[in-house]
Amino acid sequence: MKRRIFLKGSLAASTIAVAAGAGLLAPTRVLAAAWPEAAFTAKTEADALTAFFGTADAQQSDQVTMKAPLQAENGAVVPIKIMTSLSDVEAIAVVTVKNPSPYTTSLQVTGSGAGGMYSARIKMGQTSPVNCYVKAGGKVYMTSQEIKVTVGGCGG
Amino acid sequence: MASTKMKIKKNKAGGHDVMVLAKHPMETGLRKDKKTGEKVPAHFIQTMDFALNGTVVSQANLGPGVSKNPLIGISLSGGKSGDTVSVSWTDNKGETGTTEKAIK
Repeated sequence: MKRRIFLKGSLAASTIAVAAGAGLLAPTRVLAAAWPEAAFTAKTEADALTAFFGTADAQQSDQVTMKAPLQAENGAVVPIKIMTSLSDVEAIAVVTVKNPSPYTTSLQVTGSGAGGMYSARIKMGQTSPVNCYVKAGGKVYMTSQEIKVTVGGCGG
Repeated sequence: MASTKMKIKKNKAGGHDVMVLAKHPMETGLRKDKKTGEKVPAHFIQTMDFALNGTVVSQANLGPGVSKNPLIGISLSGGKSGDTVSVSWTDNKGETGTTEKAIK
């Protein structure tokens, strides 16, 4: 009888130990593998924004600027650069509205001393507005530019 | 396998701009092989971590919509001369690449 109680007790203790271990591991895992799959697989802009920022509301702001060509000759390589003068930047996201998966790329700022600028080269299937979102101080700001594409670059 | 290069430049704001060029095919999974007519499986970088002196300061999330051989740039304001910036990326097949460089 006592043996049985002892076994039960040790079993419970080991589950607690496993849970604690997982809890300790969690913070590093969040940094290493926080790829926002829901946002990348979303088929509409609003869904992607809700998945990434938790809200689809964004405010047009002149403190967010983007540098991109008005016309891209090759849709496979469209350089874009987002700059912001906002402080406390938490995340930057780029959404190509008419791509098969609109959510293109994003930057998550996890420590101080980063943010303010993000540049990447993106693929565009067709002429589309490209929206850039910046989350700063809990609010989402955006800017947009239409980029004309003569040759699509999304494969197919 | 893949080579990853990094350039660090001073920017006008007094910080540094970090540009990373990773050699990667960035397949979307939608493109078809012209010879066989079969779809080329998706193969793209998912996350790219930027660390300053070993502490991750930001993470770029990439998807199939990013061009091949992605060139990613971010700005750092807290870097001093002699600090190391390291970058590591992981793709959807679990392949990784890293590079690091000291700020001049």
